[in-house]
Amino acid sequence: MSAAENSDGGSVQYIQHHLTNWSVGEGFMTLNLDTLLVSVMLGALIVFAAMRVGRNLQVGAPSGFQNFVEMVLDFVDRQVKDSFGSRDNMVIAPLALTVLVWVWLMNFMDLIPVDLIPAILHGAGMEYFKAVPTTDLNTTLAMAGVVFLLTVYYSIKVKGPMGYLKMFLFHPFGKLFVPVNVLMTAIEELAKPLSLGLRLFGNMFAGELVFLLIALLSGAATIGAALLIWFPLQVVLDLAWLLFHILIITLQAFIFMVLTIVYLGMAHATEDDH
Amino acid sequence: MNITVTLIAQMIAFVAMIWLVNKFLWAPLSAMMEARRQRIADGLSASERGKHELKLAEERAVQVIKEAKEKATEMLAQANGRSNEIIDEARNNAKTEAERILTGAQAEINREVERAKQELAKQVAVLAVTGAERILKREVDAKAHEASLADLVARV
Repeated sequence: MSAAENSDGGSVQYIQHHLTNWSVGEGFMTLNLDTLLVSVMLGALIVFAAMRVGRNLQVGAPSGFQNFVEMVLDFVDRQVKDSFGSRDNMVIAPLALTVLVWVWLMNFMDLIPVDLIPAILHGAGMEYFKAVPTTDLNTTLAMAGVVFLLTVYYSIKVKGPMGYLKMFLFHPFGKLFVPVNVLMTAIEELAKPLSLGLRLFGNMFAGELVFLLIALLSGAATIGAALLIWFPLQVVLDLAWLLFHILIITLQAFIFMVLTIVYLGMAHATEDDH
Repeated sequence: MNITVTLIAQMIAFVAMIWLVNKFLWAPLSAMMEARRQRIADGLSASERGKHELKLAEERAVQVIKEAKEKATEMLAQANGRSNEIIDEARNNAKTEAERILTGAQAEINREVERAKQELAKQVAVLAVTGAERILKREVDAKAHEASLADLVARV
């Protein structure tokens, strides 16, 4: 109970403590080791599971885990086909699947009790540890950035360099408003990855914050009669928020995936599709 | 909460993740699912073909049975005709044979009758001679009257 240790105005400190990354380096060159560690570990988990399923695939009668993976894959494939059509692209479907699974797993770290991992690692001598990679702006913007770079790449590839330039110059207001068009299109294009990354970050960060606030309930009350009221209340609220948060993490992962597909689909749209 | 080099590290990790997921999960699994789809489609078309072939075979069987029936009827008719022919032939043969036998018998009878007649005539001649002898109470020289006797026998 780190909260109990620094009660009496320690709430702010408690929350700030939980929102500080385990990091090395200064300024821009800071590496958030907890974010990297957890996300890479979860990624390794996915790759390990993928290898296990991918190595012994059953064509005839799949069972157990393969069924589940096939279901997820089918779902992603349907989303891709719905938004992206049957255009040939080798990247989009694996990308969407990766986004869905990885983001969901990283979000899932939010459901682990907020004090558990820091408490364990505190025992190991670690001062700060933020277990949810998607509450780190770096993670969400990194993914959004990759999606953005892919949209730029495919825009240029499909429309050609001139076509891409034309999109900046003559869209959305036509030939008479070239400067306005450039500004508008630039904002439009930049807003996509920014909103994509910030949406996920905001949701996860807010969710984490609510968990912290709920955790503060009984932490703020010192040992005594008050604890009898606050402790059950914390349990009930925590459970309620957990159940609700399962929906949120799934929804956010899904939204991130769908928007990724949609943005890439827009990048593939040619002049006639506008 | 700052944008740091972590962003770049995460981007690299993300790209690596996409590549790995594609390599180990998406590519083999979607290839497998496509293979399964193909297999199911093949199975369905094979069953469809099997059904079609069954139908053809049934039609053929009906045709064969019909032909066999026709053939059997034909053979039966032929056999009937042949047996009638044989019976007719046998009847005709029997008839001719019977006629032949009848004719032979008739001829035999005629011959017998003729012989009996001749015998009778001879005996009548002898009787006549004997009678005449009795009447004449004397020996008639058979030799002397042989010619007239023979003439008599021939006339009888």
